[in-house]
Amino acid sequence: MKARIRKLATFVEETCNEMGRPIDPPTRRAAAIAVIENPCAGKYVEDLSELMAIGEELGELLTQRAVAALGIPGPSAESYGKAAAVGENGEIEHAAAILHPKLGTPVRKVLGKGAALIPSSKKRGGMGVVLDIPLGHKDAAFVRSHFDGMEVRINDAPRANEIMVAIAVTDSGRPLARVGGLTKDQIKGEDGLR
Amino acid sequence: MPEVRVRKKLITVEEILHEGGPLAPKPLRRAAALVVIHNPFSGRYVEQIESFMDDLKPLGLGMANSLVAALGGDPKQIEGYGKGAIVGSAGEIEHGALWHVPGGYAMREVLGGAKAIVASTKKVGGPGTRLDVPITHINASYVRSHFDAMEVGIADAPRADEILLALVMTTGPRVHARVGGLKASEIKGEDGLR
Repeated sequence: MKARIRKLATFVEETCNEMGRPIDPPTRRAAAIAVIENPCAGKYVEDLSELMAIGEELGELLTQRAVAALGIPGPSAESYGKAAAVGENGEIEHAAAILHPKLGTPVRKVLGKGAALIPSSKKRGGMGVVLDIPLGHKDAAFVRSHFDGMEVRINDAPRANEIMVAIAVTDSGRPLARVGGLTKDQIKGEDGLR
Repeated sequence: MPEVRVRKKLITVEEILHEGGPLAPKPLRRAAALVVIHNPFSGRYVEQIESFMDDLKPLGLGMANSLVAALGGDPKQIEGYGKGAIVGSAGEIEHGALWHVPGGYAMREVLGGAKAIVASTKKVGGPGTRLDVPITHINASYVRSHFDAMEVGIADAPRADEILLALVMTTGPRVHARVGGLKASEIKGEDGLR
C-alpha cells in the first residue's frame, strides 16, 4: 500500500421514515473514508503522480468497504460520489490528483459498471471539516431521483499534513423522490448521461 | 404506551491504525449506532414518562447487536462502551434521561454481563448538534487506557420533535495509550470500578 493510512471510517445511513411516511424498504447509503498522510504537504511538488497512484488504491479499498458496509454486491449499487479534504499544509490540487486521474477505474470495477461521471467535491480545511459528497446515479447522470448528497465529517481529520478521501455508494435514491425527470427504469445506459 | 417511531439510523465504524506513533499491531476499532426517533413527549410538559424506557428496550438491544456486528461479530472483542442522547428543541433534557436504562441494559445484555457503569452524556440541541460520547472500560471504570470519547452527530437530526439516541463500543485502549493508571490486565472485576 502506497498510502500511509492513519484512520479508516465507514458510515451507513438508513432512512426509515420521512415526514411521517414509512420508507419501505429504507433508503440506504454508505460512505467509506481514509485519512492518509499527504506526501506533498508543506512544499510545492510539481509531479503529483504519487498522489494519483494513491487515488487508484483508495478507489478500490474504499469502494469495497462501502459496498461491504451496505451488505450488497457491487453491481447492486445505484449511485455514487467522491470527495476529498486536504489539510492546511496541502493544496487543493492534491485532492484533484487523488480524485480525478486514477481513482474512478477501480471504483467501476468493484461496482461492475458505472458509465456516469462520478460526481465529486473537494476543499481544503482543518480538522472536523464537513465534506458534502455529491451523489448521482452510476449509470446515467440524469436520473433525477438519485441526485443527492451525503455529509460526512471526522472530528480529528484532516490534520495539517493529511488528506481525507471519501467514497459514497447507495442502494437507492432519495427517500420520497417526486420531482419527475428521468427515472432509473428509463436508463438506456449508453452514454452515462441517460 | 407510545410506540417507538424510527426515522433514521446511522452506523459509524472507525479503524485507527496509528496517531503519529508506531502502527498498532491490532488497529483500534470504534463504532457508534445512532437512531433518530420521534419524541412522544415533545411540545408540552408530560409528567409520566417513565414507561417509555420499556418501549425503548427492544430498540436498544437492536442497536447493541448491530454494534457488535459492525465490530466483527464477537462480543468478547468489545472492551469499551458509552451512550448518549440529543433531544430536539421541543423536548427536555429529562427525555434524554429515558435512555439511561434501556441503552445501558441493552449493551450489558449483549456483552454478557459487563460490570462497569456505562458512561453517558446528553444535551438538548438542533439538527447537526455534535455529541462527544464518553467511553470507559466495560468491566472496570478506572482503566485509564480505555478512557476515550467518540464524536457523533447527524446533519439533519434531531428535528424539534425528535430524539437522537446513541450507543458506542470499542475494541481496545487508545491507540497510543501511555499515561499509566489501572491496566486492563489488572482488573479485579468485583465492583465495576477496578
